[in-house]
Amino acid sequence: MANDRRAQLLSGNEACVRGALAAGVRFFAGYPITPSTEIAEGLAAALPKVGGTFIQMEDEIASMGAVIGASLAGVKAMTATSGPGFSLKQENIGFAAMAEVPCVIVDVQRYGPSTGLPTSPAQGDIMQARWGTHGDHPIIALMPASVRETFDLTVEAFNLAEELRTPVILLLDEIVGHMRERVELPPDESVHVVNRTKPVEDPETFQPYKPGPNLVPPMPAFGDGYHFHVTGLAHDESGFPTGRGQDADRLVRRLHAKIQNRKPPVARAEEWQLEDAEIVVVAAGSVARSARAAVREARVRGIKAGLLRPITAWPFPENEVREAARRAAAMIVPELNLGQIVREVERVSGGETKIVPLNRIDAELITPAEILERIQEVAAHVD
Amino acid sequence: MSIEELLERYTRRDKLPHIWCPGCGNGIIMGAVIRALDQAGVDQKKTVIVSGIGCSSRAPGYMKFDTLHTTHGRALAYATGVKLARPELKVVVLTGDGDCAAIGGNHLIHAARRNIDLTVVVFNNDIYGMTGGQYSPLTPQGSYATTAPYGTVDRNFDLCELVKAAGGTYVARGTTYHTRMLIDLISAGLGHKGFSFIEVVSQCPMYYGRKNKLASAVAMLEWQKEHAVPVKAAAKLTPEQLKGKFVIGELHREEAPEYTEVYAEVVARARGEEK
Amino acid sequence: MEKAPGVITVNEKWCKGCGICIAFCPAKVFTAREDGKPVVTNPDACTRCGLCELRCPDFAISLGGKSHGE
Repeated sequence: MANDRRAQLLSGNEACVRGALAAGVRFFAGYPITPSTEIAEGLAAALPKVGGTFIQMEDEIASMGAVIGASLAGVKAMTATSGPGFSLKQENIGFAAMAEVPCVIVDVQRYGPSTGLPTSPAQGDIMQARWGTHGDHPIIALMPASVRETFDLTVEAFNLAEELRTPVILLLDEIVGHMRERVELPPDESVHVVNRTKPVEDPETFQPYKPGPNLVPPMPAFGDGYHFHVTGLAHDESGFPTGRGQDADRLVRRLHAKIQNRKPPVARAEEWQLEDAEIVVVAAGSVARSARAAVREARVRGIKAGLLRPITAWPFPENEVREAARRAAAMIVPELNLGQIVREVERVSGGETKIVPLNRIDAELITPAEILERIQEVAAHVD
Repeated sequence: MSIEELLERYTRRDKLPHIWCPGCGNGIIMGAVIRALDQAGVDQKKTVIVSGIGCSSRAPGYMKFDTLHTTHGRALAYATGVKLARPELKVVVLTGDGDCAAIGGNHLIHAARRNIDLTVVVFNNDIYGMTGGQYSPLTPQGSYATTAPYGTVDRNFDLCELVKAAGGTYVARGTTYHTRMLIDLISAGLGHKGFSFIEVVSQCPMYYGRKNKLASAVAMLEWQKEHAVPVKAAAKLTPEQLKGKFVIGELHREEAPEYTEVYAEVVARARGEEK
Repeated sequence: MEKAPGVITVNEKWCKGCGICIAFCPAKVFTAREDGKPVVTNPDACTRCGLCELRCPDFAISLGGKSHGE
């Protein structure tokens, strides 16, 4: 599907579809849920045109299972959902982490808990993205703040999934998913696309979970003749369950290490006006847009404010936050929940700076004026 | 093919002997599946075996194919993804009565409805064995289980009727006693284009038999022998005469468009419109 | 496990002594040992029907040779 270079008006959900196609997605399984449905609709139309497959499954759980099956059969696979569906997918996301199956899960966050306010924005799934499935699993979650970045991070989600053989979550929120912006997308051929590494060994001696130099095992597809076994049970390098605690220990530590040790680091954040900032606003996703406007306005008023925007919710950009905390007099953490990112900021900053939450859960977005007001209040007290 | 040749060719011999209890029907069914795969002449390199969770779902781990041991109840969902991504692969699902009819029941009826080309073999031992003997949706009403100390209240499913009603296009029932027939039924299912479903009435002497006055594998196979009625014989019997019995053999077969083939037409149509 | 053609063998390491082969052999070829595992005590009666192999849950019985059944 050729992208033209002209600027076009796209929603975040539509940009996600375009990014997935540019990254080479060939399979989508999903279940209708607001506010993510446009992603399913877009791929239902687009995938057959590129020889891919779209299926609307009987439920969210089945969708996640089908995505894992398709990925094991060798194609790039994804699903898209929102809060309630994200909850239902969690067990199988854990399977993908344990069995090292690359896949992308889009969660367009909406107001919860439970059915909540289906068409209203929230950022309440940040911790669910991290800890939603049971056990000590690693996870990657990306949080775009614009339509163009949704395109870019969808591509990156697939690239990281393929490189590291891991599920990657794209955490949109209802605002980013539904807002429309004029964007210019890169032509497909200029998009950097990563594909999983295939094994070169003889199938007879192949060890399907023997890690390569980057701690990631090369991955054959079903039907390639490797006769390999895939299980959610703790397994050794042969892929078979052993029941031995030390094998489980080695496996789970490697699952974490392959993400933690990756160079360049998976964790990253955008730093804006941070060099001399005394008050740092830490905000992600749609809230970062208001935060940027507030920081700009604060600067106009002579307050040395800056923005630190986590691009990866997970791994959390610890180094960036720690460094900013060391230099800042205060950090303000606005988010559309009762305090999820702020817990990480508090943990990482280790008491180096004053931390001020700013939370909103009335289904409205946080405005630049609110953040500016908080910046001004804090500025009045730090000097 | 001799048993040695079968084991050498189709099993991961270093993983044997298996974990199943003495007299468990799972080994008999797994043997029948291997013989049926051989009989049907499937391409071993292009065959994927998918299972859920439970005693029976350990079978793929012993089989020398591409094998996928998924989450509880979800084998059919994973298998659907495998088949859709690579329709040229033969995809076989091995599942248990709890896995397939309780937690996976929704996936079962929808896979049947789609008539997607999967072959499903249900190891029906009437009980949750892995967790120690709790009742399943196939436990006969009134029998005993660790979670039914006074007898089950729930009515049990007739899975074959369920799958037939949901749209499955090949439906059969066999037993671990009638092993030769079982091999033929599975082999026919493998040869059928569309959703093929074989329920195998099996035995769990350890957790079902002991609680229900069938204290050994031998007693349970005797019970199968006495209560199974072949399709042809059943046709001549009245519902009264069939009471308490169960019918074995090929119960239903029809030709209907297969899902991945229909989707291939969608792909062609979508690409044609683009020109 | 012996592989002499035409000789029924029981892999004792795999056999779990369930007794299915003993009970259902149409020719009564097997006898149970004290531990329940089968011993071939009547080999001449064997018709090579193959049911013991097919019904053995442990893949522990071999008829030996290549042909059986049909």
